Amino acid sequence: MSLRIHNDHNRFKDIVRGRIKQNLKEYIKKGEFITKQGNEKIAVPIPSVDLPQFRYGSKSQGGVGQGPGKAGDSVSQNPGDGEGGQGQASSDSAEHGLDVEVTLQELADMLGEELLLPRIEPRGSQRLKVKRIRYSGVHSVGPEALRHFKHTFKNALRRQIATGTYDPSDPIIVPIRSDLRYRSFKVIDKPQSNALIVYMMDVSGSMGEEQKEIVRIESFWIDTWLRRHYDGIDSRYIIHDAMAKEVDRDIFFHTRESGGTMISSAYRLCADIIDKEYPADEWNIYPFHFSDGDNWSVDDTRLCVGILRDRILPKVNQFSYGQVESPYGSGQFIKDLREQLQGQSKVALSEIKDKDGIYKSIKDFLSEGR
Amino acid sequence: MPKQLPGELLKLQLRVEEAARSYGLSFFQTCYEVLDYDEINMVASYMGFPVRYPHWKWGMEYERLSKNYEYGMGKIYELVINNDPCYAYLLESNSYVDQKLVMCHVTGHNDFFKNNFAFAHTNRKMMDEMANHATRIRRYMDWYGVDKVESFIDRVLSIDNLIDCHAAFIKRGKIVDEEEEEPKGEGQVQVSRLPADKEYMDRYVNPDDFIELQKQKLKAKAEKARKFPKEPARDVMKFLMMHAPLVRWQRDVMDMLWKEAHYFVPQAMTKIMNEGWASYWHAKLMTEKVMESSEVIDFADRHSGVVSMQPGQLNPYKLGIELYRDIEDRWNKGRFGSDWDNCTSMAERRNWDKQLGRGREKIFQVRKLYSDVMFIDEFFTLEFCKQQGFFAYGYDKKRQEFIIESKDFREVKNKLLQSLTNLGQPNIRVTDGNFENRAELLLEHKHEGVDLDMQYSKETLKNIYAIWTRPVHILSSLEDRCFCLSFDGESFKEKLISK
Repeated sequence: MSLRIHNDHNRFKDIVRGRIKQNLKEYIKKGEFITKQGNEKIAVPIPSVDLPQFRYGSKSQGGVGQGPGKAGDSVSQNPGDGEGGQGQASSDSAEHGLDVEVTLQELADMLGEELLLPRIEPRGSQRLKVKRIRYSGVHSVGPEALRHFKHTFKNALRRQIATGTYDPSDPIIVPIRSDLRYRSFKVIDKPQSNALIVYMMDVSGSMGEEQKEIVRIESFWIDTWLRRHYDGIDSRYIIHDAMAKEVDRDIFFHTRESGGTMISSAYRLCADIIDKEYPADEWNIYPFHFSDGDNWSVDDTRLCVGILRDRILPKVNQFSYGQVESPYGSGQFIKDLREQLQGQSKVALSEIKDKDGIYKSIKDFLSEGR
Repeated sequence: MPKQLPGELLKLQLRVEEAARSYGLSFFQTCYEVLDYDEINMVASYMGFPVRYPHWKWGMEYERLSKNYEYGMGKIYELVINNDPCYAYLLESNSYVDQKLVMCHVTGHNDFFKNNFAFAHTNRKMMDEMANHATRIRRYMDWYGVDKVESFIDRVLSIDNLIDCHAAFIKRGKIVDEEEEEPKGEGQVQVSRLPADKEYMDRYVNPDDFIELQKQKLKAKAEKARKFPKEPARDVMKFLMMHAPLVRWQRDVMDMLWKEAHYFVPQAMTKIMNEGWASYWHAKLMTEKVMESSEVIDFADRHSGVVSMQPGQLNPYKLGIELYRDIEDRWNKGRFGSDWDNCTSMAERRNWDKQLGRGREKIFQVRKLYSDVMFIDEFFTLEFCKQQGFFAYGYDKKRQEFIIESKDFREVKNKLLQSLTNLGQPNIRVTDGNFENRAELLLEHKHEGVDLDMQYSKETLKNIYAIWTRPVHILSSLEDRCFCLSFDGESFKEKLISK
């Protein structure tokens, strides 16, 4: 049944959504959410939704209470309605701020709306599906091992009552052939992941904690957004200094190494992984690379561009490079890429100054909808 | 459509009402309706009425109530509205004992609505009026757009506490004046002089300083005549409704909201008395007439929940019921009048009993003629305060928490009265509708020891600006310094003012 209040309730929820959107930038900057996934609910703080009125400040007013205690004792303020009496209680509702629960997916959708991110058109017509078996049905034939006791018993009871052979004082149920029921399976299609994200990060000495935090937060939001569009996603993580190696997610975000920077090593490894395991006509591939832009040598940069142009770009949906500003790096790399990859439509480049820059950078990366 | 009350409950209703009549309660016909929790949350969000105008604030309240219910943090047992016939709602999932208790409680409220003076002027067909308002506002929304109308309602609701809560009883100077004679301009100020026969006598008959004084008096009078409004307007909402540049639908919406705000005033004025009265009677009716012996435990559990205290929270049910019982006891024993007041012997006071038996009569009189402020002022006595363990609390800046400031009778009573005066709302008036001769609006907060919440004040000023469309100012003080806060449509200005 639909109640009249639901219109008002939806209206209120819209307002809350609006407030969340207004503050989206703040939420994105924060690292708190990044342990969450898909349908999990997260509590985001929004400024209170309220009708302002001239009113007394609660601290200035004080009040009268009843109970034991002497002057100087503290009063624990537990707002609680004794009992809902007149319906006048609304005036003392939550004072400042409000925690609203939203799912991560909703938040990702809002991010999309706010940044005007287009829907991604997945590549490859044949979405990969895997057949899985689920025992969810009931059948009248089947192997004894799958006999469904409860259904069988119920059927037998029903039949005996109907035919009058059931005696409540001596309740013996004897199933016959036609009472037997068996579990049966259904074949369902389960989508297999068909998108790959390769995260690459420079872990050379010049990438500090702050820079890594930025990378972590940004990759979390990218991950969340892409997951909205693909049934499943494979993620691979590569770190590199002068050498590149594949690591798991945990190490990717927490390790800190020092040494020189040879970006080409990471690109080569990335290209190898794609070649070996992810045929380009079935997979939507998104490599992301984060660095402070301080490559070892001009030669290496040239090598990078070569690998990108010949081995990576033809196979991927989009290659993204994010350059995090660091006090040590020269930041030359993004300029080189910009120069040498001019006209390549599959490349997204972005410079990230600080945590505030994450918001804009996400837009840079995802606004093409590839 | 209202559902038919189940036969069992109908029988119960008749029984409860018969018992209530036998004690002399007199009430409107009551229509009970049984609702499930979702419906009762809706009706409660609408403040008891089944149909209200569309607005998100009901949705917000509904969300809060539903969450509370779902998490088991509280449910609504009962709702009753002041109307003739009186409508009351019962929660479907309540047990039979609960329904009994609720019916007794509702009958108490009903009697109070019918007999207390504060409710005498309320519209007893408010149920219909609210529905009419809803229809009208819905129509405006169709015509002018939902967002436009809703945001206007937002602004108006932000001043719906700035009304004159005594308006029903006092005739004040009209906000709109009839055409008056044109006040004379400054140049025309003429002081009549006494005739002097000889020219040299003139300065003795009409001394210069006296003439000057008269001139100034006339000038001041002329100035006052030009003043707008003549007297500070207590009902800010009405003032804006009359004088702000509104279009017709806006004025109509404001008028409806004004009426609704006034409808709820008596309930705010008699919260303690009303709840106390209902609690007094549910206890009396249940224990003396309606309850079966098997229901005692459940009743005791519910009743103690209703009158339970929490530190730092004043429970109007508790305060009310205890005061009525105290009054009844005092008038039964004759503990009033000058003999009682002047008696200083503790022993004598303790055993004072004149066997007057006028308690019942007195509380019926009190429920008819008093409002919360008078109720507390007259019957909140030193003995009562001590016996009930009341205290006054305040915020301690050093410790950053609320602490008990005093258990002194005077201070407790003062604080209690202060929180009830003007319904606990700040006293704000329009003192000038043509401030600085630029059609700006000057409000004045009559400071009574409690500062305004600045954050809220600023937001409210913005909303008033949106209605008045010219800069708005409010005079108030914060931590003993007078200031004038202004909003001109873009930014706030704060000016300190020396007293």
